[in-house]
Amino acid sequence: MNAIECKNVLYRYPNTRKTSPPALRGVSLDVRQGEVLAMIGHTGSGKSTLAQHLNGLLKPVGGTVCVGGKDIWATKSAMREARFRVGLCFQYPEYQLFEETIAKDIAFGPKNMGLDPAEIDRRVRAAARYVGLTEEMLPRSPFDLSGGEKRRAAIAGVMAMEPEVLALDEPTAGLDPRGKERILQMILRYRAETRKPILLISHNMEDVARFADRVLVLNQGEAAMLGTVPEVFSRAEELTAMGLNVPSVTRIFLELRRRGLPVSAGIYSVEQGVAELLRLRALRKEGIHD
Amino acid sequence: MIKDITIGQYYAGDSVLHRMDARMKLVLTLGYMVVIFLCKNFFALGLLALSVAVFVALSRVPLGMVLRSFRPIVVLVLFTSALNLFLTPGEGEPLWHWWKLQITTEGIHTAIFTTARILCLIAASSLLTYTTTPSLLTAGIERLLWPLGKLGVPVSVFAMMMTLALRFVPTLVEEIDRIMNAQKSRGANMDTGSLFQRIKAFVPVLVPLIVSAFRRAGELAYAMECRCYTGSNRRTSLKQFRLRARDYAAAALMLLLGGGIVTMNIFLGKII
Repeated sequence: MNAIECKNVLYRYPNTRKTSPPALRGVSLDVRQGEVLAMIGHTGSGKSTLAQHLNGLLKPVGGTVCVGGKDIWATKSAMREARFRVGLCFQYPEYQLFEETIAKDIAFGPKNMGLDPAEIDRRVRAAARYVGLTEEMLPRSPFDLSGGEKRRAAIAGVMAMEPEVLALDEPTAGLDPRGKERILQMILRYRAETRKPILLISHNMEDVARFADRVLVLNQGEAAMLGTVPEVFSRAEELTAMGLNVPSVTRIFLELRRRGLPVSAGIYSVEQGVAELLRLRALRKEGIHD
Repeated sequence: MIKDITIGQYYAGDSVLHRMDARMKLVLTLGYMVVIFLCKNFFALGLLALSVAVFVALSRVPLGMVLRSFRPIVVLVLFTSALNLFLTPGEGEPLWHWWKLQITTEGIHTAIFTTARILCLIAASSLLTYTTTPSLLTAGIERLLWPLGKLGVPVSVFAMMMTLALRFVPTLVEEIDRIMNAQKSRGANMDTGSLFQRIKAFVPVLVPLIVSAFRRAGELAYAMECRCYTGSNRRTSLKQFRLRARDYAAAALMLLLGGGIVTMNIFLGKII
């Protein structure tokens, strides 16, 4: 059974003109157990709108959203359950911190789930550990943290609900390279320990290539592609046409190909690029010796 | 729910009213308020109603939008007209009475006039905001208040504060939406429960909202200082106001309306 399954999700924002295209035009996707699914798309392609369907913040006009095999709009309690089964972490989540201490803020989600204090405490500590916040930091005010630490504390607040699927909307947006790397390492650690699926919304293709198992490409409210990273990145020309930046190394190899070098079009990491160039050099040498 | 507020809303358009000088619109709206209270008989009231209809037609703002601006004051109007209707003492026999309540001819008249006046007031002022962008409106107010500047009141600073406050309303509404969604995603329950529970449920929204409002204010202050804003009264403005023929025509019409209503009061008798 897939963790999340969306079928033909259609959504139109209220108060928009009937003639304008809907925000989501029948998107289908599945999040499989244990995988990292990346969702990429240009600004306004419907990424965040789709994410808000997964935990029942938005109700689709058409189509179904199933979490753990259950239609989340079948009953009212199913919708409320979906809030906890899919942990949605918004862009710039540090702006949602409000409690006096970091521990209390992380505990907000678990408390809303109605768990007992001992369990809440266990989850707060576990989540703090995933994101690399030390025990000494927990009684401090979240407003005393640095930008990157605030971000990690906020993500911990979502992780503490121990959702079946963790959905992160641009978790590294606006951070410096070191802060970014820490967040990504944190996601890897979380994944290694929990083996739970992650939905990663990003427009950094290097990150997508590094972390994702599969990629969903949204374009103007439609699922343009859904496949493994090599499958999707090999269609670089189409991606570029949708206004998406393929990894720089992929762009270089596409350009080499355009200029007549017989290199593969499916290069999406520097390591692959090096291997491809070495292969090419070996071929050339053979050619000279012959 | 927050997006339903119509006060201070602008309706984009290119009608005569949209193109009029904001200062003239402000002055004429104030003048119109005086005219509204000059009406003393039904003929004058009829003329007043006609003028509102003409304004709405001229503004090309959909009638539905104008009517929507009445929504917040429905209760107030009903309440005052009921008070007027039942509690106005009359000279003749009351038409109906029970305990301390009575309906008199005078009461009926007062109720009708009060209701009509309030509705005209709201219609006129909402037309002002529908046809004038908030920034033009504050610029207009700033220009009109220049005599206070002579007395040492920092008029331009107040105008800037007003502009900024208006500018940030939509931003904050968006922010509330975002924070609410984030907290709902952590299981916050804001739609059910008793009134007290709902107020308590808003703390997780209010705290981040206030924090980010202060953060924005600080950032904005830096940005303004970086562009050498000092709040001095000697700043010039990109948008220069100039009175045109249509503004003088509008002023003349308003004088004519006021004159007409006063004349009607004199020759057709006062009933209120």
